[in-house]
This record gives sequence, structure tokens and C-alpha cells, in this order.
Amino acid sequence: MKVLIPTPLRSYTGEREVEAHGATLAALLADLDSLYPGLRFRMIDEQNRIRPHMRVFINGEQSFDMARELRAEDSVQIVQALSGG
Amino acid sequence: MARMTKKLVTRKGLPKANKRKAAKPQGSTLVLVATRKGAWLYHSDRQRKAWRADGPHFLGQIINHLVLDPRDGKTILAAASTGHLGPTIFRSTARGRKWEEAGRPPAFAKALNGEKGRTVKHTFWLAPAHASEPNVWYAGTSPQGLFRSEDGGMNWEPFGTLNDDPQYRAWMGSEQDGTPDGPKMHSIIIDPRDPAHMYMGMSGGGVHESRDGGRTFRPIVKGLEVVEGFDAANIAFHDPHCVRLCPSDPDRLYQQNHCGIYRLDRPADEWIRIGRKMPKRVGDIGFAMVVHPRDADTVWVFPMDGQTVWPRTSPDGAPSVYATRNGGKTWQRRDAGLPQEQAWWTVKRQAMTADANDPVGLYFGTTSGDLWMSRNEGERWIPIAHHLPEIYAVEAAEV
Repeated sequence: MKVLIPTPLRSYTGEREVEAHGATLAALLADLDSLYPGLRFRMIDEQNRIRPHMRVFINGEQSFDMARELRAEDSVQIVQALSGG
Repeated sequence: MARMTKKLVTRKGLPKANKRKAAKPQGSTLVLVATRKGAWLYHSDRQRKAWRADGPHFLGQIINHLVLDPRDGKTILAAASTGHLGPTIFRSTARGRKWEEAGRPPAFAKALNGEKGRTVKHTFWLAPAHASEPNVWYAGTSPQGLFRSEDGGMNWEPFGTLNDDPQYRAWMGSEQDGTPDGPKMHSIIIDPRDPAHMYMGMSGGGVHESRDGGRTFRPIVKGLEVVEGFDAANIAFHDPHCVRLCPSDPDRLYQQNHCGIYRLDRPADEWIRIGRKMPKRVGDIGFAMVVHPRDADTVWVFPMDGQTVWPRTSPDGAPSVYATRNGGKTWQRRDAGLPQEQAWWTVKRQAMTADANDPVGLYFGTTSGDLWMSRNEGERWIPIAHHLPEIYAVEAAEV
């Protein structure tokens, strides 16, 4: 599925949009990390929580649930919150 | 106490030649500058007169510490985070020419079911381990945690015995108990005579010693004062800002604390407040502290205004280093070359350092983004760079 990458994480992907796979949000992020090592920890902390200023939208709907199921046609956006400079 | 007195007498009796060991041949100096918005490397000529800037590295990232490994002279670790992304460690094995990211940066252990685990906000302090342990590094984080890498900084493991110990967790306090930018573990010091003997400071939470490589620690806070109205018997109320061990006498430590400047001569375990001899108008509050590489009686500090609401500026807007040459019996102001008035910056705890040259070069970076140096142990200061971002840490190394 297509995953939109925010600018602070593009040093990892080099691309605005990448292709990754996973049956759940957790699996998708694991796949992203295998493709772009280090990316996951910068948006998900060691307690498996999305970091305070990061957000994930699935088909335009915000999700904090790492077990959220995904389909191949879903569109995922990783967004950096507009929370100050 | 009696043992300490005896030791002091013995030290005083040392011939001058023994007290100040000879300096190594002078090479060029590398000054590593970590800032709120990236990192810079400054390379000097052999006289430390001309400086070449290399940077920014990691522009926009918060770099809390940037340290060259003295064991190989090439490896640099950078503790990085941003306002939005999680923390990480970058490593260069070519003195900053190329960087790679840690595979497993410092991170607390995953919490057990039903418990709220802690999250590393940033790595604050990086320390190479003993010379006999190449590739081993220690890291201190915010909130407070101790971590170790055995592969040159690429993968880090938490010290569960410390990070998850209920007593230590109580002394560390919550994030509300820490400094405005979060509670810090800092001043990770390895005894050059024994890789298993180490110290570390928790701000707040006291100074601690381990003799088993960090598996167990015990507090060393006797003699230290705490903020008026608090109980000094409670370790949580102790706030060391910076602890330094003298390379020329590893039994001697100095400390800049929230409540004064102290010296400790081991095996004694009671700190002596040597900051009482500072001028009353200036006081003995501050963060940064530097020890002489060859003379255990010489120390430099950078006093800060710690009155009322803690302005964290230079006292009276007149910044100055203060030096002692006799272990804290007397202090001298060292401000030649620095602005004499209306300069309201200060120096953070990691932002002042010394090289190993003879005479010693001193360096500090300011909260207003200026990098200063002295080629003559603080007698006169000259700027190396202006207009950098807020400087968080400065380290110097011979290369």
C-alpha cells in the first residue's frame, strides 16, 4: 500500500511516498523499518506508543491502534503534528 | 575525615614536577560543538590560532552531546533528537566525514502488562568506557537512565538493575521533579585505573558510585547541601549539575552543584563546599566545571545567577570564568576579552571543556551561540565563532 512520509522522515526514505506492506498498522511499520532502518523508532517509542507529535491517518481517519487491520488498497499518511517549532 | 586530611597533606607535599605531569606533544585540536539546531566541528592549526568550521551536521536536529572516542581518535558519537521525532544516536568512524545511525538507540525496557513504561526523550550524555574496553560506551538519558553499548555505539542496552530499581526510580523522581528540559543522567565517569569503578550524577537525584561496572550503585551525597527547606537526607533532593574526576589524581573529584561548588578526596565520602570562597556578589551556583588535565588543584567554573527565579544568566550581565589553583582555597576572576557588561548569556553544564595542551586551552559555548577559547588557561579569551544556535555541549580533543 502507499504510505505518505512527512518531511522530517524523508532522510530515511528519500521519497515523499513509498510502498510498504502489512496486515496491521504494527506490521506495516515493521515493514517500513526493514526497508528504512531507524524510521520506526523515531515515530513509535519503546512502549509501542505513537510519539506525541506524530500522527497516522488511514484513509483519512486518525488511528492510534497498532493492531488496526489494513488492506492492500488502504492509503496511509504519516503526519508530523503542527505543534510548534 | 582524618584519612582525607592526611591525603591532602601528602598531596601538598608533592614536588611541583610530580604534581603537574608533562604535556604530550602538541597536535591540532578538534572542538566538537553540539547545539539546539545541529553540530559543528572546529579544526585548529597547531598553534590553535586559525580555526576551520565543518558544519552544520544534522541541521535542525537537537544535538545534546558530541564526543570523539579518545581510544581511536576517529569515532564520534552524536546524541540527536528533534522537536518532533524520537531520539537516536549517529556515529561517524571518520571524524564526521560520514555518519550512520544506531540500529538500537538507548530505549527503556518494554513495560510489563498493566504498567506504564518510560520513554527516552533524549540521550543527554555520552561517555567512552575505559581504555581497556574499546567499543564500549555509556549513555545517560532524559528521563534518567543508564545505557551501555559494546559495539561502538550502534546498539544500546539498558541497565535494568538501575533503571528499573524501585529505590533509584524514587530518587530520580518524575519528570515534574526534573530540570525544565527534563531530568538528566549525566557525568558518567570511568575511573582510569579500574573499568568497573564508575560515578554518575542525576539531576536531580544525587551523585552515585558503582564498583561493579554499573550493576549496583550507592549514593555519595554526604556534605552536599540542598535547597533551603528540603531534607538533605533525602537523596531525591540532591541536584549535582556537573561532576569531574581529575585525570592526574583519580581520587579527587570536583562538583558544580545546584547548591554550590564542592571537592571530594577519596576514599573519604564527604564533599567539602569550596565555593564558599567565591566572591559573595557572584556566588557559587552554575552548571559547567572543568578540571586541569595535569594539575588536580586547578579547576575552572562558570558562575550563573541562581537567585530568586533562577535567571540562568551571567551574574550582573558580566560573564566570567573563575579559576582556582589551590583546590578551591581561593578563586580568581578570568574575564579578559569577554564582554564586561550587558551580556546576559550563560554556559550549560556540558558546554565548557579543556584540551590537553600546555598551556591548557579552554573552550566554552554560550546560550547565545558564541564559541570562545583561551590559549592560556583562562588568562585571555578570544572568540572562535559567533551566531551559532544555542550551544548545548563543547568537547575538545587532540588529533
